[in-house]
Amino acid sequence: MRLHEYQAKKIFSEHGIPVPRGRLAETPEEVREIAEELGGVVVVKAQVLVGGRGKAGGIKRAESPDEAERIAEKLIGSYIKGHKVEKVLVEEALNVQEEYYVGYVIDKGRKRPALILSKKGGMNVEEIAEKYPEEMLKIYIDPLWGLQDYQVRKTLFRAEFSSSEVSEFLKIVKNLCKIALKFEAELTEINPLVLTDTGFVAADARLNIDDNSLYRHPELLKLRDATEVDELEREAILKGLNYVKIEGDIGIVANGAGLAMATMDLIRLMGGRPANFLDTGGGLADPQKMKMCLEHVVKDENVKVVFVNIFAEITRCEKVAEGIILAMQNTGRVPHVIKLVGTNEELGKQLLKEYAEKTGAEIYLVDSIEEGAKKAVEIAGGI
Amino acid sequence: MAILVDENTKVIVQGITGFQGRFQTKRMLDYGTKIVGGVSPGKGGEDVFGIPVFNTVEEAVEETGANTSIIYVPAKFAYDAVLEAVDSELDLVVCVTEGIPLYDEMKIHLRLESSTTMLLGPNCPGVISPGKSKVGLLPDRSFTPGRLGIVSRSGTLTYQISESLTMAGIGQSTVVGIGGDPMPGLAFRDVLQMFDEDDETDTVLLIGEIGGSAEEEAAEYIATKMSKPVVGYIAGITAPPGKRMGHAGAIIEGGRGTAESKIEALRGVGVLVAQSLHEVVGAVRKIMCW
Repeated sequence: MRLHEYQAKKIFSEHGIPVPRGRLAETPEEVREIAEELGGVVVVKAQVLVGGRGKAGGIKRAESPDEAERIAEKLIGSYIKGHKVEKVLVEEALNVQEEYYVGYVIDKGRKRPALILSKKGGMNVEEIAEKYPEEMLKIYIDPLWGLQDYQVRKTLFRAEFSSSEVSEFLKIVKNLCKIALKFEAELTEINPLVLTDTGFVAADARLNIDDNSLYRHPELLKLRDATEVDELEREAILKGLNYVKIEGDIGIVANGAGLAMATMDLIRLMGGRPANFLDTGGGLADPQKMKMCLEHVVKDENVKVVFVNIFAEITRCEKVAEGIILAMQNTGRVPHVIKLVGTNEELGKQLLKEYAEKTGAEIYLVDSIEEGAKKAVEIAGGI
Repeated sequence: MAILVDENTKVIVQGITGFQGRFQTKRMLDYGTKIVGGVSPGKGGEDVFGIPVFNTVEEAVEETGANTSIIYVPAKFAYDAVLEAVDSELDLVVCVTEGIPLYDEMKIHLRLESSTTMLLGPNCPGVISPGKSKVGLLPDRSFTPGRLGIVSRSGTLTYQISESLTMAGIGQSTVVGIGGDPMPGLAFRDVLQMFDEDDETDTVLLIGEIGGSAEEEAAEYIATKMSKPVVGYIAGITAPPGKRMGHAGAIIEGGRGTAESKIEALRGVGVLVAQSLHEVVGAVRKIMCW
C-alpha cells in the first residue's frame, strides 16, 4: 500500500522528521488561502500516486497567492500519467542549500532492510545508482536489532561527511528506520532531503507499507486510497481479485499467477493482444468466485473474447463450469474459449456443452493451451 | 535417491486439524506419503485419519521420529509455526502459507541462518518425488516417475507443464515448487545443486517468472558449477512494468526483473530456453533424447 505524500509527511513529522509547513487543499480558493498564510511563495504539489510526478508537471512553484491559485485551477481535476488530481499539497518554498537522498528498501536478495544514502538528492534512486554508483552508501539493517548509530557514523565519516552533517543525518535516518520498522515499510524515501538555513527538511516523502502486514496496522488501512490504480483495478482490489489491466482485447482468466502470465505470453506470441491479467487464486469450489472473475474481465469494453484457462487440481471441474455458466448469463456478449483440466473434467465439459446447445452461447472447449490461444486470437481478429 | 523427499521421509503436518490441513493430509496419505503425525495446539491426543495429533512439534518429533514438516496454518500464525519447526531441528520445512508479512519472513530467515533446517516456500505448492512421496498439494495426475528434475516458482503452471511432459512420456525424479514469494527459503541455485548431485536426475527444467533476480543467480550457478543440462522457461514476457502479477515477487521494478534479462542470462550460459509454454516439452525432449 502506497501512502500519499501528505499522509507520509504527517507520519514523518509525528516521528521527529522535519517537513515543510503546509496544508492539503481541494479547491483553488483553499490553495490561495494557504499560500497567503505561508507568506506568498509556495510549492503546489499534486497528490497522485505515480512516480516522476514532478517531471510530468505535477509540482509547481508559485511566487504569489495569485499565481498559486492559477496553478491550482489548472492542476486540480487534471490527469497526471492517467491519474486524476483531486488534492494538492501547498507548502512553503524551501531555501535549498544542499539536496540529499535517503531511502530504505528491503533487499530481497540479502533478506534484510537496507538504508541508502547519497549526496545526489533530487533524482530517482536508479538514476543515482547508474550515474554515481560510488555515491550510493548502503547500510544493511538487522530486522531484529534495528539500525545502530555506529553504522551510520562509520559509513558517513568514511564518505567524508562533516561532523555536523553526520550528527544531523543520524537524527533523520534513525527516525526514518523507526518509522519503517514500526509500520513494516516495504520502502520509504526522502528525496530530496533538503538542507536549509535552519537544518534538514524532508521536501518529499514516500512510504509504502507491506500489504501482508496491514492487519497489524488498522490505522493505516483507514488511509487506503485506491486512486493509485485504474478504475477496474480499483474495483478488483475491493473484490480481492488479482487483476491487472493491459491495453488489448483478449480477456484472460486463469488460476495461478504463473499460468495466467504464460497464457498472456502465448496469446501475444500468436499475434493477439491480452486485455488483462487475472489470477483467480483459490476458492473456485464456490461457483460465485468464477462468476465474479469473468464478469469483472468482461466489464472492460475492449474485450472481444475471453480465454479461460483453469487447472483444477483441488477444485472439481463441474464447480468451475457452474461458475462459467452463471457468469455467461451476463457476460455472454463475448465468446468464451475454455480450457478446463482436472478432477471431474468430463463432467465439467459436459455441463458447458449442454449449456451452449441449450442457449446458443458461444463456448469453445479446447484441449491444449495453444489451441485455445489460437482460437482466441482468431476470434479477436475476426470481429 | 531423488531430492528433498523420498519413500523414507517421515512427515508431520502443522495445522492438521484445519480444513486445508485435513484435506491435504488425506491426499498425501493417498499418494503414499509417510505422514506420521500432526500438530495442533490444544488438540493433542486426537487423531486425523488415524494419524496422531500432538500439541507441539517437539512432542510430535520425539514420538514419531519425523524429519520433515509441512505447514498449513494461516499467515498470521505462520511465523511462529516455522520457528517452532526450526527449533525442533527438522531437515525440511515446507511452508504452503501465502501472505506472510515481510518482516516476519526476514526474521524467519535470520533464524534459519543459524540452523541446518531447510525451508521450502513460503507460498509454495511443495515437493513431489513421483512414486515415492509428496509433501505438498501438487496434483498426482500430473506426475510420473522419471529422470527429469523440475524446479519452479509457480504452482498451476508447473502442474500444466508437468502434465504435458508426463503425457509425452517424460517422467520426473523430483518436482520442487520454491514458491512465488520475493524471499524464498530454498532458491533456484540450492535446488539446482541438489539435482546436480542426484544420481536419479539427468536433466533439469527451470520454470521462472518475472521479478527479482533468482533466475539470473541461477544462471551464474549454472555457468560455474552445474554439470547437468538445464532447460528453461520464463513466464511474463508480456507483463507491464510496475504492475504486480499475482505473486508477491512477480513485478518488474525499476527496469529490473524482466523476462528478457532472465532469458538472456540463461541462454548466455547454454540453457535451452523455450520461447513459450507449448515449446517446453519439445525443448526438454531435445535435450533428454539427444
